[in-house]
Amino acid sequence: MDLAYGPEYEAFRAEVRDFIAKNKDKAPRRFGVARPSEESCAWQQLLIEHGYAARTIPKEYGGYGAEPDILKSRIIAEEFTAAKLPMGLANQGISMLVPTLLELGTEEQKKKWIAPTLRGEVIWCQGYSEPGSGSDLASLQTKATEDGDDFIINGQKIWTSTAHAADMIFCLVRTEPDKPKHEGISYLIFSMKTPGIEVRPLTTMTGHAEFNEVFFTDVRVPQKDIVAGRGQGWFVANATLKHERGMLGDPNQAGTRLKEIIDLMHEETIDGTRLIDHPVYRDRLVQLQSRVLAMQFHGLRLLTAASKKEDPGIARLIVKLQGCEINHQLAALAIDVLGEIGVLYGDSPHLRAHGSWQHRYMFDLGLIIGGGTAQIQKNIISERGLGMPREPKPAKA
Amino acid sequence: MEFGLSEDQKLLQESIRGTLERVSPLERVRKIAEAREAEAPEIRQALVELGVPGMLVPEAQGGMGMTLLDAALVAEMLGRFVAPTPFIGTAVMAPIAIAGAGSKSQQEAWLPKLASGDIVAGVAVSEKASGARDGAGIAASGGKLSGKALFALDAANADVIIAADKAGGLYLVKGDAKGLTKVRLTSIDLTRTLTELRFDNVEAEALSSGDVKATLDRMIDAGRVTLAADTLGAGAMMIEKAVAYASERKQFGRVIGSFQAVKHMCAEMASELEPCRSLIWYAAHAFDAIPDEARLMAAHAKGMTGEVGRFVARTATEVHGGMGFTDLMGLHYWFKRIGLDRQLLGSPERVRHEAAAMQGWVAAD
Repeated sequence: MDLAYGPEYEAFRAEVRDFIAKNKDKAPRRFGVARPSEESCAWQQLLIEHGYAARTIPKEYGGYGAEPDILKSRIIAEEFTAAKLPMGLANQGISMLVPTLLELGTEEQKKKWIAPTLRGEVIWCQGYSEPGSGSDLASLQTKATEDGDDFIINGQKIWTSTAHAADMIFCLVRTEPDKPKHEGISYLIFSMKTPGIEVRPLTTMTGHAEFNEVFFTDVRVPQKDIVAGRGQGWFVANATLKHERGMLGDPNQAGTRLKEIIDLMHEETIDGTRLIDHPVYRDRLVQLQSRVLAMQFHGLRLLTAASKKEDPGIARLIVKLQGCEINHQLAALAIDVLGEIGVLYGDSPHLRAHGSWQHRYMFDLGLIIGGGTAQIQKNIISERGLGMPREPKPAKA
Repeated sequence: MEFGLSEDQKLLQESIRGTLERVSPLERVRKIAEAREAEAPEIRQALVELGVPGMLVPEAQGGMGMTLLDAALVAEMLGRFVAPTPFIGTAVMAPIAIAGAGSKSQQEAWLPKLASGDIVAGVAVSEKASGARDGAGIAASGGKLSGKALFALDAANADVIIAADKAGGLYLVKGDAKGLTKVRLTSIDLTRTLTELRFDNVEAEALSSGDVKATLDRMIDAGRVTLAADTLGAGAMMIEKAVAYASERKQFGRVIGSFQAVKHMCAEMASELEPCRSLIWYAAHAFDAIPDEARLMAAHAKGMTGEVGRFVARTATEVHGGMGFTDLMGLHYWFKRIGLDRQLLGSPERVRHEAAAMQGWVAAD
């Protein structure tokens, strides 16, 4: 046990702090969810130049080219969070497509796509889920039929969060309909400007259209833009999903939220009594504090394992399930603390924090479902983590 | 930055595991429990040979001068094997009391004997850690103690007792002191003793060096962290047993572990318990190296592990179905071990209230 980072890392931390002190005025207030502003792109460029974004991506592909060092990455995250500054862009292109291309793309694909994606010039969306293929993603039916050097794509995708703003899509399509379901899928990248693509906003329970549906009608795209070859799509997608689950359930986000609730409970009163002085609400707060702290220390444990290239086993598999559940419960406590005010929404009088607690409470339920539902997570934990038997395949009708 | 166990700590835990696998199998635990002995001499002897009683005793007094994290790793194994042997009172809390508040001569007199395993120390601080019940409480007057202390740990056969009086002072009493009566309390858990100590004008030595209040707090913190670790070990074993049972037991023509309803119970247990491990490691490390955080983290570790322990104990029993409910499988020894850990030295509700108070969230009365 040694929670000190040591002199080399503290020197690095000092560099990061120095950068922040000198440059914090250039930071955009927020990145926006879909297409970054010019200001955001300039900030991203500045971060890449200093190695605070795209840190380990090779220079030739537009990154900073540092050796992977998970502790340095963490220090960057700690310092930016402490200064309440946005980190680099974190869209699906950067978090999912770029690592996938680095791992499995051709040299041409890497050269063409990674740098503009990192700069925020090319925005991607992810075409995985379909109305009939959610948890059972491998059953997806969007067809890509060969036609000369092209594929003709027909089908529908859902939960494509940035589709309305995206330039490009990385998409799972069925190229070999006669093969078993996992072997007939290919991972294809193509332009969202291609004729025959229709994007419709998908409004969720929050009242906002955080997602889209994407319809493909005879969309003609070149065959050469497959990643890792025909029939390899399932393998490629799993490489990508690994990157997505790593992002969901971040314990430091829960730590920030917990602080907000502590403040809220000191500010809000019922009949003149502060909520922090109500033993029942306070007990719920302390229970959640235990869980948030536990997951933060758990994060340190995983970080240590990663830095030693050890497999933390089941400890890693529980993060999405636990993290998303805790976030949801934090939002629930905030709503309960607010009582009737807690259900106000939109632009109502008496609204607190722009209605963000209700929004988070609902949106977090979406995150419990998305990226592999809680039930799928439990299958993974029990089968891969505890070695329990898989569900027997249903007998063929 | 390294948040994890050192190679030495992994070896320590493996050696304790290996020893307990040998000396504390279920048949032996059952025999000790059924005979209402609660302490198996050969398990104690095996732990003495490994130096366990002296882990937290400073090296200058013949101990190993190890950390609370080391002690927590041992506690985890003791919980895993529901080992019927004294530990948290005699090997964790008592050395902290004597090293922290004992005079030089008291340290010289008692710590080497504790370290060598020649004596066992009981600890009676429940009234300070959990609150007084049934009129318990000890008053000190003119070097003599009167009153009663409930739920003393490791005290049944103790050669010496460390007790806290109502004012939070610490006292050392000989196990055979005149006027001291030990009344055995029978709990659900037959692998550890609980004792009521009645004091009728009993001669006592005050442990009054340094900041006694701080030493009492540290005893309680260390006790809480090691109780949490005991539950961690017992809970992990219950999950393993549940998974193994579910992978063998067949109903409806298939192993029940292939039903999602059963698998998900196991996944939930594991995903609740594993963060407790991280929290316990941190709390133990805070006790050793981050004094400002030690009290709060001990309370969090005790509270959360107590809650998760209860969930795991009942869920693992349910996975075993009717067999889990019987005495035949012996699963109930773990269930009860976890049940006792939860209540001792501050229930989850109590420690959460304390955690709130430590952060200034409870208005002073």
